[in-house]
Amino acid sequence: MKPRKTGRGPATEPRASARGHTPRASGKRPTTTTSTTTTTLVELVVNGAKVEVPVEATDRLLDVLRGPLGLTGTKEGCGAGECGACTVLVDGRAVNACLYPAREIEGRAVTTIEGLGEPSGALSDVQQAFVERGAIQCGFCSPGMILAATALLAEHPEPTDEQIRDGLVGNLCRCTGYVQIVEAVRTAAARRAGGGTR
Amino acid sequence: MTARRHIGKATPRPDGPDKAAGRALYIHDLARPGMLYGKVKFSEHAHARIRSIDTAAAERVRGVRAVLTARNTPELRFGFLRDNLVLKRDKVRQFRDEVAAVAAVDPEAAAEAVDRIRVEYEPLAGVFTPEEALRDGAPLVHEADPQGRPRRDNRVPLRFHHESGDLAAAERASRHVVEGTFSTPRIQQGCMGTAGCIAEFDRRGHLTIWAKTQIPFLAQRDFTRFLADLGLGERDVRVIVPTLGGAFGSGLDTHAYEYLAILLAWKAGRAVKIVYTREEEFACLSPRQCTVTRIAQGCDAEGRLTFRRVDVLQDNGAYTSWGATYPSVMMVPVTSLYRVPAVHFDAQIVYTNNTYCQAMRGYGNPEVNWAIESNLDDLAHAAGIDPLEVRLRNCNEPGEVTPMGLKVGTCGLRECLERTAARLDWPARRAGPSKPVAGVGTGKRRGLGLASLCHVGGSGRIYRSDASGVVLRLDDFGFVHAHYGGVEMGQGLHSVLTLAVAEALGVRPEKVIVGPTDTAHCPWDVGTHASRGAFMACTAVLRAADELRRRIFELARAAYPAEAEAALARHRRRDPEYRPPDFDVAEAARSGTFELQDGFLFLREAPPEPWLRVELARFLRAVHFREGGEMLSAESFVDPPTQLPDFERGFGNLSAAYAYGTQGAEVEVDEETGEVRVLRLVAVHDVGAVLNPQTLAGQMYGALAQGLGYALYEEVLSERGRILNPDFRDYKLPTAHELGMPIELEFVEPDEPAGPFGAKGVGESGLVPTAPAIANAIHDAVGVRLYDLPLRPERVLEALRKRRV
Repeated sequence: MKPRKTGRGPATEPRASARGHTPRASGKRPTTTTSTTTTTLVELVVNGAKVEVPVEATDRLLDVLRGPLGLTGTKEGCGAGECGACTVLVDGRAVNACLYPAREIEGRAVTTIEGLGEPSGALSDVQQAFVERGAIQCGFCSPGMILAATALLAEHPEPTDEQIRDGLVGNLCRCTGYVQIVEAVRTAAARRAGGGTR
Repeated sequence: MTARRHIGKATPRPDGPDKAAGRALYIHDLARPGMLYGKVKFSEHAHARIRSIDTAAAERVRGVRAVLTARNTPELRFGFLRDNLVLKRDKVRQFRDEVAAVAAVDPEAAAEAVDRIRVEYEPLAGVFTPEEALRDGAPLVHEADPQGRPRRDNRVPLRFHHESGDLAAAERASRHVVEGTFSTPRIQQGCMGTAGCIAEFDRRGHLTIWAKTQIPFLAQRDFTRFLADLGLGERDVRVIVPTLGGAFGSGLDTHAYEYLAILLAWKAGRAVKIVYTREEEFACLSPRQCTVTRIAQGCDAEGRLTFRRVDVLQDNGAYTSWGATYPSVMMVPVTSLYRVPAVHFDAQIVYTNNTYCQAMRGYGNPEVNWAIESNLDDLAHAAGIDPLEVRLRNCNEPGEVTPMGLKVGTCGLRECLERTAARLDWPARRAGPSKPVAGVGTGKRRGLGLASLCHVGGSGRIYRSDASGVVLRLDDFGFVHAHYGGVEMGQGLHSVLTLAVAEALGVRPEKVIVGPTDTAHCPWDVGTHASRGAFMACTAVLRAADELRRRIFELARAAYPAEAEAALARHRRRDPEYRPPDFDVAEAARSGTFELQDGFLFLREAPPEPWLRVELARFLRAVHFREGGEMLSAESFVDPPTQLPDFERGFGNLSAAYAYGTQGAEVEVDEETGEVRVLRLVAVHDVGAVLNPQTLAGQMYGALAQGLGYALYEEVLSERGRILNPDFRDYKLPTAHELGMPIELEFVEPDEPAGPFGAKGVGESGLVPTAPAIANAIHDAVGVRLYDLPLRPERVLEALRKRRV
């Protein structure tokens, strides 16, 4: 089953040959000449604050978040839109930041894992449910998973288990077997519905 | 013994909040001032002579600070048998061989430079299966051993063998004998955080390396030796383990990229970071070993096992890692899963020009368990006895000594079998032949299967030392700082470590702070492998906490009364009317019995007045800030009662305890498409005792998911040494969708005397028998035996086609 993620971004990058073994530098293609690289300033809202960042033509949203903005909570797991570790919210929709061209982010609102929860540092209800339900092990997939779950709950406030699993199918986890992750999402949904601490 | 306050209770893990907030720092998130980015140039041939390497264009790329090849570097060896070179000199032996490395000011420049390195090769004929490699006159992967002596064949010089009982006689006397040949694929550990490190020398020439490792101290030894080989002796090596994005065995060896980062950092005089891309992780990081197992088992008319013969052929790939020693663990189930009076085991490990393999969770056990438990089902069918019944008749029992000399302490296998069967409703469901599923169209049949395991559960001595240690340091505020040399890689080690300190010392878990794993601050530890992390950490904590309590209570004889009096004075200021009970504090402190609980120090005999419960923090400050004051800490170092077996004879008590378990599966097989749907999984495991039900369940669910992937989906595909599926699109990792079936967990708790709080190590158990349980259920459903993992639809279809013929 392939990742099914809404709002992946206005354009998806064509992939280099899927087979074969010469590894890429990173999801970001190396530029052969630096002279053609042009930097533009892009304005966006990140976690509620308006920012202006220099963006190169080959930059992905992920590069901008982890680089100049220092938001390393967004992880790079594959650079190819297959694992979901880099999931962030763009105007409320979950996208893979590794596939999203940074230039296209102009004027949009991005929420990263650092932007969930309270300014005081208190965790959001989804984050809290992940912690309480043992949904986190190594934690590398957790930021992306939590943002995917946040988007999922916005769309389906009372999701069925099937909807939860469908909503998280683009986010890979190697540690948990997903069972406690699904429980955490169910818990967060129940609390929002006023079900208390089930 | 008083009731436990923390151990055994479902408790969220201490690293959860920071991980949920995106605040945990992985190697990918770390940087050092002026840090350079390293990049490796890998081979483009599986087997070839290196004619020339041209780095001139690479050196001209703007921002490049160092370019290394074997031409400008001394010959530097590493690996379990030191048969690997950090930079390849005369030839490459696998597709991912390191021929050059670059450090540059940014990743783009490093990548561009690597692209511009030109290597001329003279391709050589290669060997890509063990069978090919063992043929007379086969091309040699290594013409010489690390000492330069010529090699005659492609056998890896590691011997694992076991013989017990009179095998020939037992075979002759068997009523039923069934043979089979079973294979397992290379699979990827699949860490969500890819491999990487940062190496940096300080201005005194000492090395610090932030490494994604499970063996910080063995890595320290490897790197120290490496520096000595470089001519840089007498240097301190400090290994710091950042938050790990999974490990699953991939951190049991040191890797070429780590040595290259060190070399580049030395050459450039700056910190150097190398992080693998996902594609590199798939194509250039060693996967799980790949095996073929020939097995025969026999039984008498009643289904009692008479003998077991197992011969394993292991495709080592081009170099030898610790993982080559899988057969050391294979011996455990081969000799000791169920009672077998006569056993033969032999393993042949063979060099090929495939990617070299390494450790992964389970370490040889899933490979042979696949053969043993599949073949045992066939034996049961041959004998006309229910597979569950055969297993019960041969069940291991507590206290037995197995043919390998394993001293079984507690053993809950019988209970695991019975409870799994009960949950599957086994007797009723297995009564008749499998029936087509009503109402779901034609050709879909359902079946039930089960399989068991035994594994090391009390650490495992595979090295001269099997030790771990912990330092517990109390500060002025009542916090306990724990420094443990083992590695939290997601499994929940710090969770049980926290609970163990709280329980054993008598403080609240919130007051326990587990420090980072750092060779500069933690006691030596052999590594977090063999399901030993929690077992050893808790064992070490129990000793250190005992020492701390003894010391606190000793000091309390003199220091407690004044603190109690001060507390009484504070109490009286709040409540002037208060009249304390008639209790001689000083006298009680001299002769009474102290207790520390939830961070309060008190006398067991004392009346329950709040002021008689002295806060640990106040007490600690009182004994610190005075003349001749002292601060309290304790260190323990535990080498468990395990034996380093004689692996050539296959004898020795490898572990201090053994873990058991049974898993059951219900499947639906589509006879038209060959597709297998797992409808239900049951896992009943003997864990000794549960330390934290929440993290234990997490370990088990996760292991089951890996077992399911191993059974049905995962395989690193290669063609003449080239990896064909280096991404998540073509390498199928189970998603939330595949794990949609009900999973039932149950734990058997026989309270292991050798284990801390009665617990056994269980980090690996959960993925060991999943594949044979599923395959046995497929057999139950459609009557075909499958021999090769993963159980892809085309393999099922092929088996069904053969059945019809």
